[in-house]
Amino acid sequence: MSETETRDTATHAVSSNRGRSGGQRQLNIRNEDICVEIDQLKLWYGNDQALNGIDMKIPRQRVTAFIGPSGCGKSTLLRCMNRMNDLIDNCRVEGAIRIDGQEIYDRSVDIPELRRRVGMVFQKPNPFPKSIYENVAYGLRLQGVKKRRILDEVVEKSLRRAALWGEVKDRLSENAFGLSGGQQQRLVIARAIAIEPEVLLLDEPASALDPLATLKIEELIFELKKHYTIAIVTHNMQQAARVSDYTAYLYLGELMEFNDTDTLFTNPSKKATEDYITGRHG
Amino acid sequence: MRNWFNRGIPWIWLNAGAVAISLVLVVGLFGHIVFTGLQHFWPSNIVAFDYAEPGDEPVSVMGEVDRSEVLSVQAAQQRGFQVDEDGDLITRHRIKRGNRDITDRDFTWYVQENMSEWEYPEDAVRVERRQWGDFYGYLREVRVGGDVVAEGDEAWERFDSLFAENVPRIEEIGRIERVEIGNVNAEIEEVRLAQRRLQADETLSEPEREERSQALREERERWEAEYDQLVERRNELLEDIERFEAVFETAEGHRATMPLGDIVKPSRPNAMSIGEKTVFYVGEFWDFVSGYPREANTEGGILPAIFGTVFMTLVMAVFVTPFGVLAAIYMREYAKQGPLIRMIRISVNNLAGVPSIVFGVFGLGFFVYFMGGGIDQFFYAERLPSPTFGKGGVLWASLTLALLTLPVVIVSTEEGLARIPGSIRHGALALGATKGEMLWRTVVPLATPAMITGLILAVARAAGEVAPLMLVGVVKLAPALPVDGNFPFFHLDRSFMHLGFHIYDVGFQSPNVEAGRPLVYATALILVMVIIVLNLTAIIIRNHLRERFRAESD
Repeated sequence: MSETETRDTATHAVSSNRGRSGGQRQLNIRNEDICVEIDQLKLWYGNDQALNGIDMKIPRQRVTAFIGPSGCGKSTLLRCMNRMNDLIDNCRVEGAIRIDGQEIYDRSVDIPELRRRVGMVFQKPNPFPKSIYENVAYGLRLQGVKKRRILDEVVEKSLRRAALWGEVKDRLSENAFGLSGGQQQRLVIARAIAIEPEVLLLDEPASALDPLATLKIEELIFELKKHYTIAIVTHNMQQAARVSDYTAYLYLGELMEFNDTDTLFTNPSKKATEDYITGRHG
Repeated sequence: MRNWFNRGIPWIWLNAGAVAISLVLVVGLFGHIVFTGLQHFWPSNIVAFDYAEPGDEPVSVMGEVDRSEVLSVQAAQQRGFQVDEDGDLITRHRIKRGNRDITDRDFTWYVQENMSEWEYPEDAVRVERRQWGDFYGYLREVRVGGDVVAEGDEAWERFDSLFAENVPRIEEIGRIERVEIGNVNAEIEEVRLAQRRLQADETLSEPEREERSQALREERERWEAEYDQLVERRNELLEDIERFEAVFETAEGHRATMPLGDIVKPSRPNAMSIGEKTVFYVGEFWDFVSGYPREANTEGGILPAIFGTVFMTLVMAVFVTPFGVLAAIYMREYAKQGPLIRMIRISVNNLAGVPSIVFGVFGLGFFVYFMGGGIDQFFYAERLPSPTFGKGGVLWASLTLALLTLPVVIVSTEEGLARIPGSIRHGALALGATKGEMLWRTVVPLATPAMITGLILAVARAAGEVAPLMLVGVVKLAPALPVDGNFPFFHLDRSFMHLGFHIYDVGFQSPNVEAGRPLVYATALILVMVIIVLNLTAIIIRNHLRERFRAESD
């Protein structure tokens, strides 16, 4: 089966089986097309072990949320998936992550190429101090795209997908810093999807935003999962419950529980998870 | 009182006081330079009086009041003045009498008690001359070819119109001497070098050599004919001018005949209105900024020094910026931050504290003798033993100063790079940029304002530096500018004049210190202004870039 077909079926499944308000039919990881496979992942910062052997599977074209108290390793785990942890000195990784079956910690992996396939959005909006247009076109320019027509097309498409087009279409040449925080975050998402990644990693994308901007980002995530596999780290459990299909609860570098979101929030199998989601731990 | 201390008010006073004192010092310094420097060009009135020390015959004195001071009778007597002892304090004036060729001292002190009433005769003339400094006196006659054509009251008008007629001729003489003869000389030198190369070339057969050397001889003859023509033209012009003469009389009654060609600028300040004086003042200032020096630099303009300073600084900037920026990028972005790079960083910082003369010595030894000598051996062998690059020149001076200012550029570039937030770097990397792409497309452009800050500091330091330059290329009087119309247009091997060295030379090395002192201030003013202009340019560019890369808005 070709990749496009897989995607199409999955999209269909999402739109027909699960509405905004929650699942009519139970999602099950066993029925999913797996995109990212994490296998016994261990990570050390110097002598401190931050991840103690994580095993999990992230399904394609679903939103997978990572929750847990601060310092539990959820952001670290997310950054492992596009090897942003490589930038940190003394960071050592063991185990494996496979994206579409390809081991990303293999020596032969071209890291910039990997990061093109696995896009990332950070906690604080970090647009470049360039125009809105150039921000979105940045990734394409890196790939050597010079044709104005292609750039224009992609910029518009990405901004539309990021639900920002209407707000900025008349001022594409203005500095991106003129946008509000929420707009900046959507611009950064547009920048990330302009290069058509397979996986989109969102590291607390709404934590620096006001409730209205947060709502827009959440709606956007819901739209984006039609096209991309999304992994999101969040501190906000309501947000996890609202936007995600699957949720992983991490605690002290361990994966405590991983299940579809409805089950995890309504019927957690572990006491620790229940304590955390009901606010008795935190 | 206790409360007053506890609220920290003494601190406010202390801090504000420090700021105020610094401000007063800076403003005072700058104000002094501006005032003294600009005052020199104002055509002050010429004063005339009779001076008689008790028991002596009175003598007539004429000139400009240069300085006045009050001193005690005793001190005056110690200085050799004959004064009556009826007062405690007396005033003395220093009069610039000019006429250095007739009287031996052009600046003399006179005690006010012994003076007659001051007069400001309308017909007193000040003449700026090509030689011997200023002349003060009265115009008596105007002669053309030996015959008197005007005298008495008409003389000035006639003289003025004759002088105005001859200014173009004088300017043409100047142009022929400085530019055209220089160009022809450069061509003749080219031919001479070609002849020497031809002689040294052993690959040529005898008839071929003969043929070529014949061609060169012809070319040389052509240029020499041109040279003779120019000299002839100049002599004709000189003869034209020499027919005109003006006869002046000094205050003492001494007659002096002056050919028109010797006169740079005549004026009658006592007869001028404020408006005329202002016009004259602006003209004087312009001549100073745009003219060439005369009389061991104590007269004339400082154009070559301005040009040399700016040119040398720009060449230095061209060298130091890429080197400093590249080094800083490597040290901050690529190198492993360990003890070695820390050592290098400390060394670079300490380099900024090395006395500049040490750089001059290094420049002389390494650049001038070693590199310059080597270049001469390989590329300019036909000119030896006269050196081309093996002597001080703009190139070596610029390189020496580039070395001197390298730490400044490196440090500020490094700081600029360190200030670029990690989120921007991570944003670029997360989009699949390699480290190089991240740096060159995003981080380095953002750090350009910091680099330009470094460049501003470097320029300010380099433009004011004199000591090392004295070893590697500055001269008292450069015969030619380092840029001219002869191929290859930029002559980086030439030595040059520099405002800082000019100040030192005019102020302390000139035969006539009194006459040079106002020029020292004026030159200092120009130096400060040159640095301000260079810095302002850089600052404007930087602010423009900052606006473009406005990073922190929320």
